[in-house]
Amino acid sequence: MSETPETLFEKIWKSHLVMPESTDTPAILYVDLHLIHEVTSPQAFGVLKSRGLKVRRPNLTTATVDHSIPTTPPNVDGSRVFADEMAKAQVEKLEANCREHGIAFHGQGSPTQGIVHVIGPELGLTQPGCVVVCGDSHTATHGAFGALAFGIGTSEVGHVLATQCLLQRRPKTMRVNVDGKLSAGVGAKDIILAIIQKLGFGGGTGFVLEYTGQAIRDLSMEGRMTVCNMSIEAGARAGLISPDETTFAYLKGRPHSPSGKAWDEAIEKWKRLATEEGARFDAEVHVDVSALAPMLTFGTNPSQSIAISENIPSPEKLVGADRETLAKALDYMGLKAGKPIAGQKIDVVFIGSCTNSRISDLREAAQVFKGRKVADSVRALVVPGSEAVKKQAEAEGLDFIFKAAGAQWREPGCSMCIAMNGDQLSPGQYAVSTSNRNFEGRQGKGGRTFLASPLTAAAAAISGKLVDPRLLK
Amino acid sequence: MNHIQSRTVVLPQRNIDTDQIIPARFLKVTDKVGLGKNVFCDWRYLPDGKPNPEFILNQAAAADAHILVAGDNFGCGSSREHAPWALVDFGFKAIVSTSIADIFRNNALKNGLLPIVVSPEIHAELLGAPGANLEIRLDEQVLIFPSGKRVSFEIDRFSRHCLMNGVDELGFLLGCEPHISAFEARRA
Repeated sequence: MSETPETLFEKIWKSHLVMPESTDTPAILYVDLHLIHEVTSPQAFGVLKSRGLKVRRPNLTTATVDHSIPTTPPNVDGSRVFADEMAKAQVEKLEANCREHGIAFHGQGSPTQGIVHVIGPELGLTQPGCVVVCGDSHTATHGAFGALAFGIGTSEVGHVLATQCLLQRRPKTMRVNVDGKLSAGVGAKDIILAIIQKLGFGGGTGFVLEYTGQAIRDLSMEGRMTVCNMSIEAGARAGLISPDETTFAYLKGRPHSPSGKAWDEAIEKWKRLATEEGARFDAEVHVDVSALAPMLTFGTNPSQSIAISENIPSPEKLVGADRETLAKALDYMGLKAGKPIAGQKIDVVFIGSCTNSRISDLREAAQVFKGRKVADSVRALVVPGSEAVKKQAEAEGLDFIFKAAGAQWREPGCSMCIAMNGDQLSPGQYAVSTSNRNFEGRQGKGGRTFLASPLTAAAAAISGKLVDPRLLK
Repeated sequence: MNHIQSRTVVLPQRNIDTDQIIPARFLKVTDKVGLGKNVFCDWRYLPDGKPNPEFILNQAAAADAHILVAGDNFGCGSSREHAPWALVDFGFKAIVSTSIADIFRNNALKNGLLPIVVSPEIHAELLGAPGANLEIRLDEQVLIFPSGKRVSFEIDRFSRHCLMNGVDELGFLLGCEPHISAFEARRA
């Protein structure tokens, strides 16, 4: 223990300072793991090329394809049907860039391909105490392991490729204490939607969040990833959780996890990372989840959420810009203020994304689909987060359950979360989605999104409308 | 960059996210050229592809305007640098709001797009006067209203230095190579 109790964030920050910050210059922070994908990297490689630079640490860089790839099965000859030539060219560009610079590339068809925030942890690349960056705002997912993980822009992707470093001002810290014991049918997704509702859409801007409390300790690593994943939806670039036995148990035996003597040493080091008793945060909030019900969003940003049993809020009760913001969201969503959200008809269900596409998410959804049928009016897609998740789900027979219910079982990718690959809503359609953003047009131009847990999404697929998954007959 | 003088364009909506600034379907590019034609695409064009005459960026008032005054929490959402690329390509040089999302702000600063945060009072004044002729002086860190009123704003000193002197951040980092090597040696 150090003299002044320190937070997990402070320990990681200090141990990665190449140069401390001053009034005139930001800190130079060293990056342990740089994850790249096809959408936010090509222009960065372009900068390297035009300046004649090399990738400084190819061995600390890992690439996969996820955003713009098709999730329909390959043709007999193994080729894929891309949404268009640009998507195909983007994927080929990444592969060529990786080959040129000696970067590990987990391409489509490889057993290790998947959504970047699913494969990092799966491969054991994400480890406690690391700094992890990626040109993707959901990089905070890796914070579940006690890593400082955050999204960066493409210029910064170039900085990390060329120097393995980033220029950073030290963020503020906020402790999000989550107390209570969840009731059955309520999970990690409901917790994070409740937290974002409490903090507000921009309430975490400028902060690194640390999630603490019994409800967080009780979550599996997959649940913790779901929570950390959506930190950005409150404006926080990073969200992390102090590592514990649950973390170590997940990491043991992963391909890139240390082994033998190195494993024992790593555990000793990781155990010292947790935030110490009495450590100071710049802000603190408390959320009690013992009475939490399944949550879902009704509006056009992830903080606009309610419990499934509640009525859609009324703009009339608000004033000024708050009123306008809510009225505009309800207008886009085509929803009536004051009406119960339960019973709202839906057209599409999407189970997937870096938020909820891991094996435990699919098991939850399968519980609901088992022995039931997707409503005739609903198109349901189940998109595993990675090849490894897909393989595991198939070994457990989950794919049969989904297909027997009438849902589509897809190949791994981001799919309808970002709707770049052809998987998208038509204008006016309603979707229940286990993804992370319900922005206007996010899942297809004119499409309308309700964000929810895998359980709630699966129950909606069966019912053809929004229902409390705990009450499904 | 030091001096910007221009009329303002006002988009008063709160929480304008990066999916609105540039929808994901335009992110399949491998360069940054020409993204401005799709900035705010889903607001700017009607279903038949024609410009929506109701939308401010399609009106004469927006021609040659370099300053965008936007509602709270501008640029929230994804890390796509395509958002500032598109805004800059359209012609914007500064964004003024009460709060600007972290990743967007970082990305903007690397592309010569100045993010300026003002108080709710000043913001209300700007929202209420679309088309106001504003002057921005980065050296003095002030906004100058047509009335002559001067309002100061904060900006990180390093970012200001980079913008004013055209310093490239990658060049700066590359110049720190001995420190990076020393750090790697310490950790090995």
